[in-house]
Amino acid sequence: MVKFLPLKEAVAENLHDGDTVAFEGFTHLIPTAAAHEAIRQGFRDLTLIRMTPDLIYDQMIGMGMAKKIIFSYVGNPGVGLLRRARDAIENGFPRAIEVEEHSHAGMANAYEAGAAGLPCAVFRGYRGAGLASVNPNIRSVTCPFTGEVLAAVPAIRPDVTFIHAQKANRKGNVLVEGIIGIQKEAVLAAKRAVVTVEEVVDNFDDLHPNLTVLPSWTIAAISVVPGGSHPSYTHGYYERDNAAYLEWDEIAADRDRFQAWMQKNVTESSADDFAGRVEHLRKAA
Amino acid sequence: MSDADNLGFTPNEMMTIAASRALKSDDVCFVGIGAPSAACNVARLTHAPDITLIYESGTIGTAPDVLPLSIGDGELCETAVTTVAVPEMFRYWLQGGRISIGFLGAAQLDKFGNINTTVIGDYAHPKTRLPGGGGAPEIATSSRQVYITMAQSKRGMVEKIDFFTSFGHGEGGDHRKRLGIDTAGPTLLITDLAIWKPDPVTKEFTVVSLHPGVTRAQVQETCGWVVKFAEALDETPAPTELELKTLRDLQARTKAAHQGTAKGKAA
Repeated sequence: MVKFLPLKEAVAENLHDGDTVAFEGFTHLIPTAAAHEAIRQGFRDLTLIRMTPDLIYDQMIGMGMAKKIIFSYVGNPGVGLLRRARDAIENGFPRAIEVEEHSHAGMANAYEAGAAGLPCAVFRGYRGAGLASVNPNIRSVTCPFTGEVLAAVPAIRPDVTFIHAQKANRKGNVLVEGIIGIQKEAVLAAKRAVVTVEEVVDNFDDLHPNLTVLPSWTIAAISVVPGGSHPSYTHGYYERDNAAYLEWDEIAADRDRFQAWMQKNVTESSADDFAGRVEHLRKAA
Repeated sequence: MSDADNLGFTPNEMMTIAASRALKSDDVCFVGIGAPSAACNVARLTHAPDITLIYESGTIGTAPDVLPLSIGDGELCETAVTTVAVPEMFRYWLQGGRISIGFLGAAQLDKFGNINTTVIGDYAHPKTRLPGGGGAPEIATSSRQVYITMAQSKRGMVEKIDFFTSFGHGEGGDHRKRLGIDTAGPTLLITDLAIWKPDPVTKEFTVVSLHPGVTRAQVQETCGWVVKFAEALDETPAPTELELKTLRDLQARTKAAHQGTAKGKAA
Protein backbone atom coordinates (compact mmCIF):
# COMPACT_ATOMS: atom_id res chain seq x y z
CA MET A 1 0.00 0.00 0.00
CA VAL A 2 1.41 3.35 -1.00
CA LYS A 3 2.39 5.74 1.79
CA PHE A 4 2.54 9.52 1.61
CA LEU A 5 5.75 10.35 3.45
CA PRO A 6 8.13 13.26 3.94
CA LEU A 7 11.01 12.72 1.49
CA LYS A 8 13.49 12.06 4.29
CA GLU A 9 11.46 9.08 5.52
CA ALA A 10 10.59 7.82 2.03
CA VAL A 11 14.30 7.61 1.15
CA ALA A 12 15.34 6.14 4.52
CA GLU A 13 12.67 3.40 4.31
CA ASN A 14 13.40 2.35 0.74
CA LEU A 15 17.11 2.82 0.01
CA HIS A 16 19.90 0.90 1.69
CA ASP A 17 23.68 0.65 1.41
CA GLY A 18 24.69 -1.67 -1.42
CA ASP A 19 21.36 -1.35 -3.27
CA THR A 20 21.00 -1.33 -7.03
CA VAL A 21 19.07 1.86 -7.64
CA ALA A 22 17.70 3.79 -10.61
CA PHE A 23 16.95 7.51 -10.41
CA GLU A 24 15.28 7.83 -13.81
CA GLY A 25 14.19 10.77 -15.91
CA PHE A 26 15.11 11.41 -19.54
CA THR A 27 16.18 15.07 -19.38
CA HIS A 28 12.63 15.83 -18.16
CA LEU A 29 11.40 15.01 -14.60
CA ILE A 30 14.79 14.12 -13.14
CA PRO A 31 14.34 13.22 -9.45
CA THR A 32 16.96 15.66 -8.14
CA ALA A 33 15.38 16.20 -4.71
CA ALA A 34 15.33 12.44 -4.05
CA ALA A 35 18.97 12.12 -5.14
CA HIS A 36 19.98 15.00 -2.87
CA GLU A 37 18.16 13.36 0.04
CA ALA A 38 20.08 10.14 -0.67
CA ILE A 39 23.31 12.16 -0.63
CA ARG A 40 22.39 13.75 2.71
CA GLN A 41 21.74 10.31 4.19
CA GLY A 42 25.15 9.19 2.94
CA PHE A 43 24.49 5.77 1.40
CA ARG A 44 27.52 3.75 0.26
CA ASP A 45 28.37 1.13 -2.34
CA LEU A 46 25.38 1.81 -4.57
CA THR A 47 25.05 0.44 -8.07
CA LEU A 48 23.59 3.39 -9.96
CA ILE A 49 21.53 2.67 -13.06
CA ARG A 50 20.40 5.34 -15.45
CA MET A 51 20.30 5.85 -19.21
CA THR A 52 21.60 9.42 -18.92
CA PRO A 53 23.42 9.82 -15.61
CA ASP A 54 23.67 13.59 -15.65
CA LEU A 55 24.18 16.01 -12.77
CA ILE A 56 22.71 13.89 -9.97
CA TYR A 57 24.94 10.90 -10.67
CA ASP A 58 27.92 13.23 -11.17
CA GLN A 59 27.12 14.46 -7.65
CA MET A 60 26.62 11.00 -6.12
CA ILE A 61 29.79 9.67 -7.78
CA GLY A 62 31.69 12.78 -6.68
CA MET A 63 30.54 12.14 -3.10
CA GLY A 64 31.91 8.58 -3.28
CA MET A 65 28.53 6.80 -3.00
CA ALA A 66 28.77 4.61 -6.11
CA LYS A 67 30.67 1.37 -6.60
CA LYS A 68 29.29 0.84 -10.11
CA ILE A 69 27.36 2.71 -12.79
CA ILE A 70 25.24 1.16 -15.53
CA PHE A 71 24.47 3.74 -18.22
CA SER A 72 24.23 4.66 -21.89
CA TYR A 73 25.24 8.34 -21.98
CA VAL A 74 27.50 9.79 -19.29
CA GLY A 75 27.31 13.43 -20.36
CA ASN A 76 25.88 16.79 -19.33
CA PRO A 77 23.16 17.00 -22.02
CA GLY A 78 23.95 19.68 -24.56
CA VAL A 79 26.90 20.95 -22.51
CA GLY A 80 29.58 18.28 -22.56
CA LEU A 81 31.26 15.96 -20.13
CA LEU A 82 30.49 14.95 -16.55
CA ARG A 83 33.62 15.95 -14.73
CA ARG A 84 33.13 14.11 -11.41
CA ALA A 85 32.26 10.90 -13.25
CA ARG A 86 35.32 11.41 -15.43
CA ASP A 87 37.53 11.91 -12.38
CA ALA A 88 36.26 8.61 -10.96
CA ILE A 89 36.69 6.68 -14.22
CA GLU A 90 40.00 8.22 -15.28
CA ASN A 91 41.68 8.73 -11.88
CA GLY A 92 39.74 6.60 -9.39
CA PHE A 93 38.79 9.75 -7.42
CA PRO A 94 37.27 9.78 -4.84
CA ARG A 95 37.06 6.02 -5.44
CA ALA A 96 37.34 3.75 -8.45
CA ILE A 97 34.02 2.74 -9.95
CA GLU A 98 33.01 -0.16 -12.10
CA VAL A 99 31.43 0.74 -15.43
CA GLU A 100 28.81 -1.17 -17.40
CA GLU A 101 28.05 0.70 -20.59
CA HIS A 102 25.22 0.20 -23.06
CA SER A 103 23.53 2.07 -25.87
CA HIS A 104 20.17 3.80 -25.26
CA ALA A 105 18.46 1.04 -27.23
CA GLY A 106 20.14 -1.55 -25.01
CA MET A 107 19.11 0.17 -21.76
CA ALA A 108 15.56 0.91 -22.93
CA ASN A 109 15.06 -2.71 -23.98
CA ALA A 110 16.58 -3.96 -20.72
CA TYR A 111 14.21 -1.84 -18.59
CA GLU A 112 11.27 -3.02 -20.68
CA ALA A 113 12.34 -6.63 -20.14
CA GLY A 114 12.54 -5.92 -16.41
CA ALA A 115 9.01 -4.52 -16.41
CA ALA A 116 7.83 -7.48 -18.49
CA GLY A 117 9.30 -10.01 -16.08
CA LEU A 118 11.65 -11.43 -18.70
CA PRO A 119 15.25 -12.48 -17.95
CA CYS A 120 16.67 -10.63 -20.94
CA ALA A 121 15.88 -8.30 -23.80
CA VAL A 122 16.29 -9.17 -27.46
CA PHE A 123 16.69 -6.54 -30.16
CA ARG A 124 18.56 -5.58 -33.32
CA GLY A 125 21.52 -3.66 -31.98
CA TYR A 126 25.23 -3.23 -31.28
CA ARG A 127 26.15 -4.35 -34.80
CA GLY A 128 29.75 -3.35 -35.41
CA ALA A 129 29.75 -1.43 -32.12
CA GLY A 130 32.82 -1.53 -29.87
CA LEU A 131 30.67 -1.83 -26.74
CA ALA A 132 29.88 -5.42 -27.62
CA SER A 133 33.55 -6.32 -27.09
CA VAL A 134 34.08 -4.45 -23.79
CA ASN A 135 30.79 -5.26 -22.03
CA PRO A 136 30.39 -9.01 -21.32
CA ASN A 137 26.67 -8.43 -20.68
CA ILE A 138 26.14 -7.71 -24.38
CA ARG A 139 25.59 -11.09 -26.02
CA SER A 140 23.58 -12.49 -28.89
CA VAL A 141 20.79 -14.97 -29.63
CA THR A 142 19.72 -16.49 -32.92
CA CYS A 143 16.09 -16.11 -33.91
CA PRO A 144 14.64 -19.65 -34.02
CA PHE A 145 12.35 -18.67 -36.91
CA THR A 146 14.57 -16.67 -39.26
CA GLY A 147 18.12 -17.39 -38.14
CA GLU A 148 18.81 -13.67 -37.66
CA VAL A 149 21.43 -12.99 -34.99
CA LEU A 150 20.09 -10.45 -32.49
CA ALA A 151 21.58 -8.66 -29.50
CA ALA A 152 20.65 -9.80 -25.99
CA VAL A 153 21.18 -7.94 -22.71
CA PRO A 154 20.07 -8.90 -19.20
CA ALA A 155 16.86 -7.34 -17.88
CA ILE A 156 17.27 -4.41 -15.47
CA ARG A 157 15.69 -5.15 -12.07
CA PRO A 158 16.54 -2.36 -9.61
CA ASP A 159 16.02 -2.83 -5.87
CA VAL A 160 14.44 0.61 -5.93
CA THR A 161 13.53 3.19 -8.57
CA PHE A 162 13.06 6.89 -7.86
CA ILE A 163 11.14 9.12 -10.27
CA HIS A 164 9.60 12.60 -10.22
CA ALA A 165 6.09 13.18 -11.61
CA GLN A 166 3.55 15.94 -12.06
CA LYS A 167 0.97 14.89 -9.53
CA ALA A 168 -0.66 12.25 -7.43
CA ASN A 169 -4.31 12.02 -6.45
CA ARG A 170 -5.37 11.38 -2.86
CA LYS A 171 -5.56 7.63 -3.52
CA GLY A 172 -1.88 7.64 -4.50
CA ASN A 173 -2.19 7.14 -8.26
CA VAL A 174 0.51 9.08 -10.11
CA LEU A 175 0.34 11.01 -13.41
CA VAL A 176 3.41 11.33 -15.64
CA GLU A 177 3.11 13.40 -18.82
CA GLY A 178 5.25 15.18 -21.42
CA ILE A 179 8.52 13.44 -22.24
CA ILE A 180 7.78 10.26 -20.31
CA GLY A 181 11.15 8.68 -21.00
CA ILE A 182 11.69 5.32 -19.36
CA GLN A 183 9.98 6.03 -16.04
CA LYS A 184 7.02 3.67 -16.31
CA GLU A 185 9.32 0.78 -17.22
CA ALA A 186 11.80 1.73 -14.48
CA VAL A 187 9.02 1.71 -11.85
CA LEU A 188 7.50 -1.58 -13.01
CA ALA A 189 10.95 -3.23 -13.25
CA ALA A 190 11.87 -2.35 -9.66
CA LYS A 191 11.13 -4.14 -6.39
CA ARG A 192 10.15 -0.79 -4.85
CA ALA A 193 9.37 2.62 -6.32
CA VAL A 194 9.43 6.05 -4.72
CA VAL A 195 7.84 9.02 -6.47
CA THR A 196 8.22 12.71 -5.74
CA VAL A 197 5.39 14.88 -7.10
CA GLU A 198 4.73 18.58 -7.59
CA GLU A 199 1.32 18.38 -5.92
CA VAL A 200 -1.51 16.19 -4.73
CA VAL A 201 -4.99 16.73 -6.20
CA ASP A 202 -8.34 15.38 -5.05
CA ASN A 203 -8.96 13.18 -8.06
CA PHE A 204 -7.97 12.47 -11.68
CA ASP A 205 -11.55 12.68 -13.02
CA ASP A 206 -10.77 15.23 -15.74
CA LEU A 207 -7.76 13.42 -17.23
CA HIS A 208 -7.57 12.02 -20.76
CA PRO A 209 -8.08 8.22 -20.55
CA ASN A 210 -4.75 7.22 -22.14
CA LEU A 211 -2.36 9.30 -20.09
CA THR A 212 0.45 7.56 -18.28
CA VAL A 213 -0.90 6.85 -14.82
CA LEU A 214 0.95 4.59 -12.42
CA PRO A 215 -1.59 2.92 -10.10
CA SER A 216 -0.99 3.45 -6.38
CA TRP A 217 -0.28 -0.23 -5.80
CA THR A 218 2.83 -0.09 -8.02
CA ILE A 219 4.41 2.52 -5.73
CA ALA A 220 5.84 2.21 -2.22
CA ALA A 221 5.98 5.87 -1.24
CA ILE A 222 5.02 9.33 -2.53
CA SER A 223 6.58 12.58 -1.32
CA VAL A 224 5.33 16.02 -2.26
CA VAL A 225 8.33 18.13 -3.31
CA PRO A 226 7.43 21.17 -5.44
CA GLY A 227 10.34 21.98 -7.74
CA GLY A 228 11.80 18.54 -6.99
CA SER A 229 13.29 18.01 -10.44
CA HIS A 230 15.26 21.29 -10.66
CA PRO A 231 17.44 22.02 -12.67
CA SER A 232 15.50 19.62 -14.89
CA TYR A 233 11.89 20.61 -15.49
CA THR A 234 8.34 19.50 -14.94
CA HIS A 235 6.13 19.89 -17.99
CA GLY A 236 3.24 22.18 -17.12
CA TYR A 237 4.93 23.52 -13.97
CA TYR A 238 8.33 25.08 -14.69
CA GLU A 239 11.00 25.18 -17.39
CA ARG A 240 14.43 23.58 -17.61
CA ASP A 241 17.15 25.70 -15.97
CA ASN A 242 19.57 25.49 -18.88
CA ALA A 243 21.88 28.03 -17.24
CA ALA A 244 22.32 25.73 -14.25
CA TYR A 245 23.50 22.93 -16.55
CA LEU A 246 26.02 25.32 -18.11
CA GLU A 247 27.19 26.41 -14.63
CA TRP A 248 27.57 22.81 -13.47
CA ASP A 249 30.32 22.34 -16.03
CA GLU A 250 32.44 24.88 -14.12
CA ILE A 251 31.46 23.75 -10.63
CA ALA A 252 32.25 20.08 -11.29
CA ALA A 253 35.55 20.89 -13.02
CA ASP A 254 37.24 21.56 -9.67
CA ARG A 255 37.25 19.10 -6.74
CA ASP A 256 37.20 21.82 -4.05
CA ARG A 257 34.60 23.96 -5.75
CA PHE A 258 32.45 20.86 -6.13
CA GLN A 259 32.70 20.06 -2.42
CA ALA A 260 31.84 23.63 -1.44
CA TRP A 261 28.83 23.64 -3.76
CA MET A 262 27.59 20.31 -2.42
CA GLN A 263 28.00 21.50 1.17
CA LYS A 264 25.95 24.63 0.57
CA ASN A 265 23.30 23.33 -1.85
CA VAL A 266 22.83 19.74 -0.74
CA THR A 267 24.24 18.88 2.69
CA GLU A 268 23.02 22.07 4.35
CA SER A 269 19.79 22.25 2.35
CA SER A 270 16.55 20.32 2.43
CA ALA A 271 13.78 19.18 0.10
CA ASP A 272 11.88 22.37 1.06
CA ASP A 273 14.45 24.49 -0.79
CA PHE A 274 13.47 23.20 -4.24
CA ALA A 275 10.29 25.29 -4.56
CA GLY A 276 12.33 28.49 -4.37
CA ARG A 277 14.79 27.29 -7.00
CA VAL A 278 12.12 27.05 -9.71
CA GLU A 279 10.20 30.23 -8.88
CA HIS A 280 11.81 32.18 -11.77
CA LEU A 281 11.19 29.26 -14.15
CA ARG A 282 7.43 29.11 -13.79
CA LYS A 283 5.57 30.40 -16.85
CA ALA A 284 3.44 33.53 -16.51
CA ALA A 285 3.75 33.33 -12.74
CA MET B 1 37.25 36.12 -38.48
CA SER B 2 38.68 37.10 -41.84
CA ASP B 3 36.64 34.49 -43.72
CA ALA B 4 33.44 36.04 -42.45
CA ASP B 5 34.68 39.53 -43.38
CA ASN B 6 35.59 38.48 -46.90
CA LEU B 7 32.71 36.16 -47.66
CA GLY B 8 29.92 37.42 -45.43
CA PHE B 9 29.57 34.10 -43.58
CA THR B 10 31.68 31.88 -41.33
CA PRO B 11 32.85 28.32 -42.11
CA ASN B 12 30.50 27.02 -39.40
CA GLU B 13 27.54 28.83 -40.92
CA MET B 14 28.42 27.36 -44.31
CA MET B 15 28.61 23.89 -42.74
CA THR B 16 25.20 24.15 -41.09
CA ILE B 17 23.57 25.54 -44.23
CA ALA B 18 25.18 22.98 -46.55
CA ALA B 19 23.97 20.25 -44.18
CA SER B 20 20.45 21.70 -44.11
CA ARG B 21 20.27 21.55 -47.91
CA ALA B 22 20.77 17.78 -47.87
CA LEU B 23 17.43 17.29 -46.11
CA LYS B 24 14.06 17.06 -47.87
CA SER B 25 10.49 17.72 -46.80
CA ASP B 26 9.61 14.01 -46.94
CA ASP B 27 12.55 12.93 -44.78
CA VAL B 28 12.02 11.41 -41.36
CA CYS B 29 15.17 12.50 -39.57
CA PHE B 30 16.53 11.24 -36.25
CA VAL B 31 18.35 14.32 -34.98
CA GLY B 32 21.59 14.26 -33.02
CA ILE B 33 22.21 17.17 -30.67
CA GLY B 34 24.54 20.05 -31.58
CA ALA B 35 25.45 20.74 -35.20
CA PRO B 36 22.89 18.27 -36.65
CA SER B 37 20.08 19.90 -34.66
CA ALA B 38 20.86 23.35 -36.08
CA ALA B 39 21.03 22.03 -39.65
CA CYS B 40 17.78 20.09 -39.35
CA ASN B 41 15.89 23.09 -38.02
CA VAL B 42 17.29 25.44 -40.68
CA ALA B 43 16.03 22.94 -43.27
CA ARG B 44 12.60 22.93 -41.62
CA LEU B 45 12.50 26.74 -41.54
CA THR B 46 13.58 27.13 -45.20
CA HIS B 47 13.13 24.59 -47.99
CA ALA B 48 11.82 21.54 -46.08
CA PRO B 49 8.85 22.77 -44.00
CA ASP B 50 7.24 19.33 -43.77
CA ILE B 51 10.32 17.41 -42.62
CA THR B 52 9.69 15.12 -39.64
CA LEU B 53 12.29 15.76 -36.95
CA ILE B 54 12.62 13.12 -34.25
CA TYR B 55 14.70 13.46 -31.09
CA GLU B 56 15.60 10.43 -29.00
CA SER B 57 13.59 11.71 -26.03
CA GLY B 58 10.55 10.40 -27.93
CA THR B 59 9.39 13.61 -29.58
CA ILE B 60 8.14 12.91 -33.11
CA GLY B 61 7.49 15.65 -35.65
CA THR B 62 8.82 18.43 -33.46
CA ALA B 63 9.14 22.09 -34.54
CA PRO B 64 11.04 24.03 -31.88
CA ASP B 65 11.24 27.83 -32.10
CA VAL B 66 14.68 27.75 -30.45
CA LEU B 67 17.35 25.04 -30.62
CA PRO B 68 17.13 22.72 -27.64
CA LEU B 69 20.15 22.57 -25.33
CA SER B 70 19.39 18.92 -24.66
CA ILE B 71 17.51 16.26 -26.61
CA GLY B 72 14.69 16.52 -24.10
CA ASP B 73 13.90 20.23 -23.74
CA GLY B 74 10.22 20.99 -23.10
CA GLU B 75 9.89 22.90 -26.36
CA LEU B 76 10.42 19.67 -28.30
CA CYS B 77 7.47 18.00 -26.62
CA GLU B 78 5.21 21.06 -26.77
CA THR B 79 5.62 21.41 -30.55
CA ALA B 80 5.65 17.68 -31.44
CA VAL B 81 2.96 15.75 -33.29
CA THR B 82 3.27 13.12 -30.57
CA THR B 83 5.64 12.13 -27.77
CA VAL B 84 6.30 8.45 -27.11
CA ALA B 85 8.21 6.58 -24.42
CA VAL B 86 11.90 5.96 -24.97
CA PRO B 87 11.64 2.17 -25.45
CA GLU B 88 8.93 2.75 -28.07
CA MET B 89 11.18 5.30 -29.78
CA PHE B 90 13.99 2.82 -30.17
CA ARG B 91 11.91 -0.31 -30.80
CA TYR B 92 9.07 0.77 -33.08
CA TRP B 93 10.36 3.89 -34.77
CA LEU B 94 14.12 3.36 -35.14
CA GLN B 95 14.44 -0.46 -35.13
CA GLY B 96 11.13 -0.68 -37.01
CA GLY B 97 12.73 1.05 -40.00
CA ARG B 98 10.78 4.34 -39.95
CA ILE B 99 13.82 6.65 -40.02
CA SER B 100 15.13 7.78 -43.43
CA ILE B 101 18.07 9.86 -42.17
CA GLY B 102 20.07 9.49 -38.98
CA PHE B 103 21.96 12.77 -38.51
CA LEU B 104 25.01 12.47 -36.28
CA GLY B 105 27.89 14.59 -35.05
CA ALA B 106 31.26 13.10 -34.13
CA ALA B 107 34.14 13.68 -31.71
CA GLN B 108 36.41 11.41 -33.74
CA LEU B 109 35.74 10.22 -37.28
CA ASP B 110 37.69 8.02 -39.69
CA LYS B 111 37.60 8.00 -43.48
CA PHE B 112 35.01 5.21 -43.56
CA GLY B 113 32.51 7.14 -41.46
CA ASN B 114 33.09 5.21 -38.23
CA ILE B 115 32.47 7.45 -35.21
CA ASN B 116 33.98 7.56 -31.73
CA THR B 117 32.26 9.51 -28.96
CA THR B 118 33.22 7.10 -26.17
CA VAL B 119 36.86 7.41 -25.08
CA ILE B 120 40.16 8.90 -26.12
CA GLY B 121 42.80 6.29 -25.35
CA ASP B 122 42.21 2.79 -24.02
CA TYR B 123 38.63 1.89 -23.01
CA ALA B 124 39.54 0.42 -19.63
CA HIS B 125 41.99 3.22 -18.78
CA PRO B 126 40.86 6.19 -20.86
CA LYS B 127 42.86 9.36 -21.27
CA THR B 128 39.55 11.17 -21.72
CA ARG B 129 36.19 9.66 -20.92
CA LEU B 130 33.68 11.12 -23.42
CA PRO B 131 29.89 10.85 -22.90
CA GLY B 132 29.50 7.68 -24.98
CA GLY B 133 27.09 6.58 -27.65
CA GLY B 134 23.60 7.27 -26.30
CA GLY B 135 21.32 6.43 -29.19
CA ALA B 136 24.02 6.56 -31.86
CA PRO B 137 25.09 2.87 -32.16
CA GLU B 138 21.60 1.87 -33.35
CA ILE B 139 20.88 5.14 -35.20
CA ALA B 140 23.97 4.32 -37.29
CA THR B 141 22.71 0.87 -38.23
CA SER B 142 18.89 1.16 -38.26
CA SER B 143 18.42 4.49 -40.11
CA ARG B 144 18.20 3.96 -43.85
CA GLN B 145 21.08 6.43 -44.39
CA VAL B 146 23.39 8.38 -42.08
CA TYR B 147 24.54 11.95 -42.55
CA ILE B 148 27.47 13.21 -40.48
CA THR B 149 28.44 16.80 -39.79
CA MET B 150 31.50 18.11 -37.92
CA ALA B 151 34.11 20.87 -38.12
CA GLN B 152 37.41 19.63 -39.52
CA SER B 153 40.49 19.18 -37.34
CA LYS B 154 43.42 16.77 -37.25
CA ARG B 155 42.32 15.66 -33.78
CA GLY B 156 38.79 14.95 -34.95
CA MET B 157 39.37 13.41 -38.38
CA VAL B 158 41.84 10.62 -37.76
CA GLU B 159 43.33 7.64 -39.57
CA LYS B 160 42.27 5.31 -36.77
CA ILE B 161 39.58 6.01 -34.17
CA ASP B 162 40.14 4.91 -30.56
CA PHE B 163 36.75 3.23 -30.18
CA PHE B 164 33.96 2.12 -32.55
CA THR B 165 30.99 3.86 -30.90
CA SER B 166 28.94 3.86 -34.10
CA PHE B 167 29.72 1.66 -37.06
CA GLY B 168 30.02 3.38 -40.43
CA HIS B 169 31.57 1.37 -43.24
CA GLY B 170 34.02 -0.41 -40.92
CA GLU B 171 37.11 -1.27 -42.95
CA GLY B 172 35.32 -0.17 -46.12
CA GLY B 173 33.89 -2.10 -49.05
CA ASP B 174 31.06 -4.45 -48.09
CA HIS B 175 31.95 -4.61 -44.38
CA ARG B 176 28.42 -3.57 -43.33
CA LYS B 177 26.85 -6.33 -45.38
CA ARG B 178 29.24 -8.88 -43.91
CA LEU B 179 28.00 -7.94 -40.42
CA GLY B 180 24.38 -8.36 -41.46
CA ILE B 181 23.67 -4.62 -41.55
CA ASP B 182 21.33 -3.96 -44.48
CA THR B 183 21.08 -0.14 -44.28
CA ALA B 184 23.23 2.21 -46.39
CA GLY B 185 25.25 3.76 -43.53
CA PRO B 186 27.08 7.07 -43.93
CA THR B 187 26.28 8.55 -47.35
CA LEU B 188 27.21 12.17 -46.70
CA LEU B 189 29.72 14.12 -44.62
CA ILE B 190 29.41 17.88 -44.34
CA THR B 191 32.29 19.75 -42.75
CA ASP B 192 33.07 23.44 -42.37
CA LEU B 193 35.24 23.20 -45.49
CA ALA B 194 33.69 20.68 -47.85
CA ILE B 195 31.04 18.13 -48.78
CA TRP B 196 32.20 14.50 -48.87
CA LYS B 197 30.58 11.34 -50.23
CA PRO B 198 31.75 7.72 -49.92
CA ASP B 199 33.40 6.12 -52.92
CA PRO B 200 30.82 3.68 -54.33
CA VAL B 201 33.21 0.72 -54.06
CA THR B 202 35.78 1.40 -51.31
CA LYS B 203 33.34 3.52 -49.22
CA GLU B 204 36.15 5.95 -48.36
CA PHE B 205 34.86 9.50 -47.95
CA THR B 206 35.88 11.61 -50.96
CA VAL B 207 35.59 15.38 -51.27
CA VAL B 208 32.99 16.20 -53.92
CA SER B 209 32.51 19.92 -53.26
CA LEU B 210 34.63 22.66 -51.70
CA HIS B 211 32.89 25.51 -49.87
CA PRO B 212 33.47 28.99 -51.38
CA GLY B 213 37.05 30.24 -50.89
CA VAL B 214 38.31 26.89 -49.55
CA THR B 215 41.40 25.26 -51.10
CA ARG B 216 42.33 21.59 -51.37
CA ALA B 217 45.36 22.33 -49.18
CA GLN B 218 43.13 23.64 -46.38
CA VAL B 219 41.03 20.48 -46.45
CA GLN B 220 44.16 18.32 -46.24
CA GLU B 221 45.79 20.40 -43.49
CA THR B 222 42.80 19.89 -41.20
CA CYS B 223 42.36 16.18 -41.83
CA GLY B 224 44.36 13.30 -40.34
CA TRP B 225 44.18 11.00 -43.36
CA VAL B 226 45.32 11.48 -46.98
CA VAL B 227 42.31 13.15 -48.59
CA LYS B 228 40.88 11.93 -51.88
CA PHE B 229 39.20 14.48 -54.13
CA ALA B 230 36.64 13.74 -56.83
CA GLU B 231 37.76 14.37 -60.40
CA ALA B 232 34.92 16.79 -61.03
CA LEU B 233 35.11 18.93 -57.92
CA ASP B 234 32.17 21.31 -57.35
CA GLU B 235 32.00 24.54 -55.41
CA THR B 236 29.28 24.58 -52.76
CA PRO B 237 26.88 27.46 -53.47
CA ALA B 238 27.32 30.23 -50.90
CA PRO B 239 24.54 30.66 -48.32
CA THR B 240 21.60 32.68 -49.58
CA GLU B 241 20.41 35.70 -47.64
CA LEU B 242 17.37 33.76 -46.47
CA GLU B 243 19.45 30.81 -45.26
CA LEU B 244 21.86 33.04 -43.35
CA LYS B 245 19.10 35.12 -41.80
CA THR B 246 17.18 31.98 -40.78
CA LEU B 247 20.26 30.46 -39.12
CA ARG B 248 21.34 33.65 -37.37
CA ASP B 249 17.83 34.41 -36.10
CA LEU B 250 17.53 30.85 -34.81
CA GLN B 251 20.86 31.10 -33.00
CA ALA B 252 20.01 34.51 -31.52
CA ARG B 253 16.64 33.23 -30.24
CA THR B 254 18.39 30.17 -28.83
CA LYS B 255 21.05 32.19 -27.03
CA ALA B 256 18.48 34.51 -25.49
CA ALA B 257 16.30 31.61 -24.38
CA HIS B 258 19.09 29.60 -22.73
CA GLN B 259 20.58 32.55 -20.89
CA GLY B 260 17.16 33.81 -19.90
CA THR B 261 16.75 31.10 -17.30
CA ALA B 262 19.87 32.17 -15.39
CA LYS B 263 18.80 33.40 -12.00
CA GLY B 264 20.14 36.86 -11.25
CA LYS B 265 22.32 36.82 -14.37
CA ALA B 266 22.43 39.37 -17.12
CA ALA B 267 21.72 37.83 -20.52
